[in-house]
Amino acid sequence: MEPLGTFDIITRILWQFTPVWIALIILFALSAAFKRRLGLYGKLFDSPIGMIGFAIVMFWVFTGIFGAMDLIVTHDALEQVSGMKNKAPGTPLPDPGDGVYPWYLLGGDNLARDVFSRMVKGAWVVVQIAPLATLFAFMVGITLGLPAGYYGGRLDTVLSFLANLILAFPVILLFYLLVTPEIVDSGVPSYMAAVLFVFPIIFAGVLLNSRYHTQPRIRTPLLVGVLGVLIWFYLSLISTGGYLVNTPLYSIPALPEIVDLFDVPGGILVVFVSVVFVNSPTVFRIVRGLTMDIKTRDYVAAAQTRGEGPWYIMLWEILPNARGPLIVDFCLRIGYTTILLGTLGFFGLGLPPESPDWGSTINEGRKLLSIYLHPALPPALALLSLVLGLNLLADGLREESLKD
Amino acid sequence: MGLFILRRTGVMILTALCLTFIVFFLTNLYPNLEKLAKTQGNFRMSDEAVASWLDARGYLDPLPAKYGQWLGVLPGWTRQTEDGVTGRCITGTVSAEEAAAAPRFCGILQGDWGVSTRFKAEVSEVISVRLALTGKLMFWVLVLMVPTALLIGVLAGMKEGSKTDRTLSTVSILTTATPEYVSGVIFIAVFASSAVGLKWFKGTATSAMEEANFNNFFLPVLTIALYGMGYIARMTRASMTEVMTAQYIRTARLKGVAFRDIVLKHALRNALIAPFTVIMLQFPWLLNGVVIVEVLFNYKGFGWTLVEAAGNNDIELLLGVSVVSVLVVLLTQLISDIGYVYLNPRIRIS
Repeated sequence: MEPLGTFDIITRILWQFTPVWIALIILFALSAAFKRRLGLYGKLFDSPIGMIGFAIVMFWVFTGIFGAMDLIVTHDALEQVSGMKNKAPGTPLPDPGDGVYPWYLLGGDNLARDVFSRMVKGAWVVVQIAPLATLFAFMVGITLGLPAGYYGGRLDTVLSFLANLILAFPVILLFYLLVTPEIVDSGVPSYMAAVLFVFPIIFAGVLLNSRYHTQPRIRTPLLVGVLGVLIWFYLSLISTGGYLVNTPLYSIPALPEIVDLFDVPGGILVVFVSVVFVNSPTVFRIVRGLTMDIKTRDYVAAAQTRGEGPWYIMLWEILPNARGPLIVDFCLRIGYTTILLGTLGFFGLGLPPESPDWGSTINEGRKLLSIYLHPALPPALALLSLVLGLNLLADGLREESLKD
Repeated sequence: MGLFILRRTGVMILTALCLTFIVFFLTNLYPNLEKLAKTQGNFRMSDEAVASWLDARGYLDPLPAKYGQWLGVLPGWTRQTEDGVTGRCITGTVSAEEAAAAPRFCGILQGDWGVSTRFKAEVSEVISVRLALTGKLMFWVLVLMVPTALLIGVLAGMKEGSKTDRTLSTVSILTTATPEYVSGVIFIAVFASSAVGLKWFKGTATSAMEEANFNNFFLPVLTIALYGMGYIARMTRASMTEVMTAQYIRTARLKGVAFRDIVLKHALRNALIAPFTVIMLQFPWLLNGVVIVEVLFNYKGFGWTLVEAAGNNDIELLLGVSVVSVLVVLLTQLISDIGYVYLNPRIRIS
């Protein structure tokens, strides 16, 4: 078979993305049709920049999801085909079997794997980890930042000192210290996971309790249900194979394997923890600043006069009014987390070496960059476009939320 | 003002102590020490042999004692062996009299930073050489980044919503969305690889360590500068647009002052207070960029040393690198705080 020309490659790649285009068109048609009823999300469709950003972000989200369902990929991300090492984009397979896609659309990498499929699979790694890690960082930052800003005083001094401590740490040094195998073996990241992942539970518990504590009949079953599920998730998340920490020297038992819902692969958990750890102090500082600003408003004084508890005021008066800047920062921070994940991959930290995530692929591709461009460029451009999309989306959201 | 600086310095020292302690704790965890013993001694050591090897070198003292010794506030350890006395402050094995004559304290405060196992040299020597190389890189990064970023920010902020503003804002968003390992790879691919064939610049900066010129040094400098540039430009733009809507600018316009003079004489000084803080706070991020770019372009400076030290379990060097980088970050924060107070008359006078 002949190698494909540039035009053919582009059409075929666009064709492979068909499910993504369909999903995007449906999403945009529905959103545009109902945009007046969708609040801030609907208003996003008034700003061209926000719309472009949202389209790029959703493109990668859909790519990640459909890629995980094996819809877009042409080959297995780990499969090596002999004779395809470092081959240029559009090279046909030497001997394709039945039902095997007969080309490497974006060429092969130095282990003769399909660059296109690896890029698509890499989107799934980012789409899974980045938003979730950012969400956890927000939970930690909000749970600590609200009281620090609201009460001030010694609590604020201590928490701010701790936040500045983490912020003064060069991120890469921290990654190297946390993610090396020796330290993972000693269990430090597992302890950090155990501490950091408590915050969503505290957040949910306090949120519901402060709202419903005057109505014990609703509160008690609600709290028992929500906290029960969350604690179960928490224990499943932090325990692997029945243990929280399992070192040769000692081990701490956690949830038995029978009730363990899911196991997070060790490398992913460590990466997740370090990314949350690096992000939360910044969120803390933003939330603290917003709280100090908002607590002087009249509606807070009104709530205080009504005799509402401090946590009710923080979570149900201050937090909803701080949502604008927080949503904008959430978008930006997902982008930043994506960059951090790429950095980890670039230094070969945490994620397994054969993982198709963008950072690792860029790292592998850069070694032969002066001769072969095609293994390094697709993941680099993919990462660039996703972060750019998130930045544009944040810009659009900021513009629209400032309008009212 | 004096009290303010004093308090900030106090907090800074406390922070530095906490951070170095954390690094010390993490690098001195037993698995790390075991690996050190095996790489320095013998790969097939038994667990007991590892323990005795470590004990003979003072690694098994309690953590606070070790930290104190490393810092130089506690006397260094000594061990009596059959051949004589060994100790932290003693090189080799010596007799009891010589050991008594040796200094009792030797930590980083006394300037004794230990020996790097990776480079087989004094840590202080390794770090000073590498830091000078990175200093050169950082200097050119700042020379390129700060004026360009301020110019973009001021031009974009002069007339909010104009076409210049839109274009320049998009450019700055684009640069903040491009981490160094992406822009670096793209630059190398486009300008340095034989596949594209432009070959305007060199893809490595190894030769720039000896003799830097435009050809081998521009790409790494540009790569670091670009990522920080967008952020500073956006901050400058935000503060410029805010200043341009102020009352005194309107008054100046109504008086008929030329637009050029308004920008240069009235707006600029006030608009540059906020970016100053931002530039100073960019240093920790620049440090990140330096590590990535030095690895990518194989420029053997401070960031490259960090990666080497961490990758080869070089405990003393890693500690030295962390002390320096933590101090750099904290000092820039201090300068940023003091500078902000100094530049802003509203705070300075009250």
